[in-house]
Amino acid sequence: MEEEDTRDYSEPCVQCSVVNWGLTDEGRFYCKSCHNVIERTKEVLTSDVVPNAKIQSISRGFRKRKKIARETTSVCSGSVDGGSYVLKRKKGNLRMSMPMTLSFCYIALLWLREPVTLSDLLRFVIDGHIPYLNAFQYFPEEMKLYGVDLKIFHVESWPVYEDVHNKMSELAAFLDLPRFPAITDSCFLHPNILCIKYLMEANLPDELHNWTCRVVKKINAGETDFLTLDPVNKSARKVKYDVLAAAIIIVVLKLLFLLDDQYEWLLANLAGKRNQKNKEGCLWFDFKKWYKIIKKSVDVEQKKLDEERARCLWKCEKPLFYSAKEKSVVLKKRQMVVNLQRQFGALSGSRQVAEKQSPSSFQLNWAEENTDGNCFHGHILEGVLQEKGNSLTTMNTKYWLCTVKLCNEKICGQLTHYKESNFPQSYQFVLNLFSFLLRVPASLIHEEVCLIEHKLFKTKLHRK
Amino acid sequence: MDSFVEQLKRGTEEEFTEESAWDGSAVNTTSSSLPAIYLPLLPRYLLHPTTRGRKSTEFQETKKACLNYIQDALLQHQWQRAAEFMTNYLETLENTSAEQRMAAPEVIWRIGTEILCHHSKSSVEEFNYFAEQMKNLGVKKYLGVCLEHVFHLLCNGLIDDAYQNLSLAEGWRYGEQTIAQDKELKLIQAYKGLLDYYNWAKKRKAVLELDGDFADSVEQEMHSFFRQAAVNLKEIIKIPGVWDPFVKCYVDRRGESKKTLMSVLKILHEIVPSHELMLDYNAMLQKSKKRKHHRLGLEIIFTLLDFAGWKEHVKAWSCLAKQILENSSKHLDWVREEWNSRKDWWPAFHFSHYLAKRNWQENESLACEKALVAGILLGKDCKYFKYVSHEGCKAKKEKFRTMKKFVKKHSSTHLRASGVLDSCTHL
Repeated sequence: MEEEDTRDYSEPCVQCSVVNWGLTDEGRFYCKSCHNVIERTKEVLTSDVVPNAKIQSISRGFRKRKKIARETTSVCSGSVDGGSYVLKRKKGNLRMSMPMTLSFCYIALLWLREPVTLSDLLRFVIDGHIPYLNAFQYFPEEMKLYGVDLKIFHVESWPVYEDVHNKMSELAAFLDLPRFPAITDSCFLHPNILCIKYLMEANLPDELHNWTCRVVKKINAGETDFLTLDPVNKSARKVKYDVLAAAIIIVVLKLLFLLDDQYEWLLANLAGKRNQKNKEGCLWFDFKKWYKIIKKSVDVEQKKLDEERARCLWKCEKPLFYSAKEKSVVLKKRQMVVNLQRQFGALSGSRQVAEKQSPSSFQLNWAEENTDGNCFHGHILEGVLQEKGNSLTTMNTKYWLCTVKLCNEKICGQLTHYKESNFPQSYQFVLNLFSFLLRVPASLIHEEVCLIEHKLFKTKLHRK
Repeated sequence: MDSFVEQLKRGTEEEFTEESAWDGSAVNTTSSSLPAIYLPLLPRYLLHPTTRGRKSTEFQETKKACLNYIQDALLQHQWQRAAEFMTNYLETLENTSAEQRMAAPEVIWRIGTEILCHHSKSSVEEFNYFAEQMKNLGVKKYLGVCLEHVFHLLCNGLIDDAYQNLSLAEGWRYGEQTIAQDKELKLIQAYKGLLDYYNWAKKRKAVLELDGDFADSVEQEMHSFFRQAAVNLKEIIKIPGVWDPFVKCYVDRRGESKKTLMSVLKILHEIVPSHELMLDYNAMLQKSKKRKHHRLGLEIIFTLLDFAGWKEHVKAWSCLAKQILENSSKHLDWVREEWNSRKDWWPAFHFSHYLAKRNWQENESLACEKALVAGILLGKDCKYFKYVSHEGCKAKKEKFRTMKKFVKKHSSTHLRASGVLDSCTHL
């Protein structure tokens, strides 16, 4: 299309005498061999579809130089709003930022009680299903970004879970929202339901669900008051539903298998031997086998993830620049990068650019029909449990606490400090598993585990 | 408005970027995220350290990771994979960190050339395209890229293309950068001179083969190449350095004018007394009828053997022997002059007992020549001469007997050279 537009202009370039013209985004002619931009412009009528934006009118934009000169400085320096962003923020003054937009989305999702957790949302963003990185390229023509506005939309890092979560509570308070619709035990976000999801994804036996429910009951994590977000009640701890569910599962694993790098392997050996002898009938859950299969899968997925991360392209065709002076340099660079990318792209292997998979709630899938024997959902917890009266209890009689005392948040900044070497390998393994699934740091889940344990063993701890 | 923009750019990582890498490095919240330090007398504002300062963004982290993947692929010769990651890495040219942005072209040039040199689908055209893009990237590396591009073309036998590029590069001027990239410019001039020489040689051959009218025009071209080459090469060898191939070319075509040839070599002698060409220079000087040339020749040959690199050079020793003997009658004072500054250390350096043994074992002809010199300068009783002649006679080598006689005859030279005889006459 560019060739058509510039075909009728055959003057040689002043700088390099070549006749090879291209068009900049602004419709100005530039020499393709020495990147010299000239005065000549071309009216461009675009029919590109701008997704999700209502095109009010197709504006000619600021094509002629004189027009720009006549514009007031306020427009050239960016929006008034943007200007205030540069000044030091006053405490309590909230500013919209890209991560904040996600907090906003999350609040909406929470209000509607949609079956989407915050970690799901952030994962969709990173996987590119939700515009975030170069969202401004979808803006309508009339919305020109200048100066300060750039800072808002220029993204160089992915949103962080804790960050978005913290902003959410601030935002809810700022918007003067009342108590949110209640999270009951039929809601997706309720730990009893969310645990099912994570147990499935972690390829753990369905039977563990009974235990997660028991723990939830014991620590009163199933209470509507506890789960529902109430911006008015500032002191209430804001629940991280996904992290909570993961932590509960980990606590259950600790209760049943101890995870001290010894006991779980003993149990696994027993289960393994038993499964060898009785190939018919229900299989006993074998921790060792589960560990091997999960480790392999997660390692593969993690490696893929790491490569994808390295392959991430941060820039889009429409580069950002702070001022008109910078523009030509920025555009020239972009053109050069595009040229070189084309050259090396041709030399790359014929790597099938995988069709962008539609966003899925599950990252790992363990088909039950699978005859590999890789699916543990149906395995039973024999050998791990024993009858006591008319209820089941664990064979394991011990438990170790992740921490005896919680820190003071105001002094330390957080409640717990996670140092891997202090903990058994098995514990680290399950922590890392959920850290991978939720895309959050292991320390965050660890903190939640500590909090649960403190509630669970409250009486025993207070006795000391 | 400009200062406003400056403020914007400076403040990029300050207030605004509160995000950190998703793998959980410290979140920059308003309250300190590290434990406070309680030291007596420590001012209050130093109690809470913060993790401020330039944090690298995820963009920079991912680009670093990408670079690692490229490096791994290169090490394992997976050129396609390297090219694939390269397409993603190229964005680093648009890095917001100025520091990273400055370093990017060099890295990309290195990786790019590596891939293009080895990739099966790559070609010289691909390389040329890449080189042109890199030249446009920035002025600081312009000449370096040009030079390397030329090397690549030369390695692929594209002499004419290389010549074209060199001509273009030679004429490049960019203010301060011209001075900053002075070294590269000198190298470019040197290689251009080299190629001019190459063209001149080709033309000269053509002239010799052709006859008549054609010969004239070719001769014209030849002369122009000659002029161009001469200018460049002359400039180049003034600079201290190892310019062997260039000097040889310069010397070669200057065959007609011995005078200028010798003046060039004189300069070379001053800069690099141990140079390979010094032996040839010495030979030239010996052929000349001028006295000062002979004097210079003697100096040259002595100086040459001051250097460890020439210690075992048989020809050098034989030249030295010859020259000493030649000058021992009329110009003994020359020999004495040269020997004076060396008599304290040459014995240990060249004529030790250990060296005598070793030289005899490894290279008999070397030992002979050295023994001759030793005998003349130090007398027949010196360790070196004694050992070698003894061994030689043992081996029943005829020439040793003659050598012994010869030395005996000329050992008076030694005595005279060291001034003993003179002092004796005073008594």
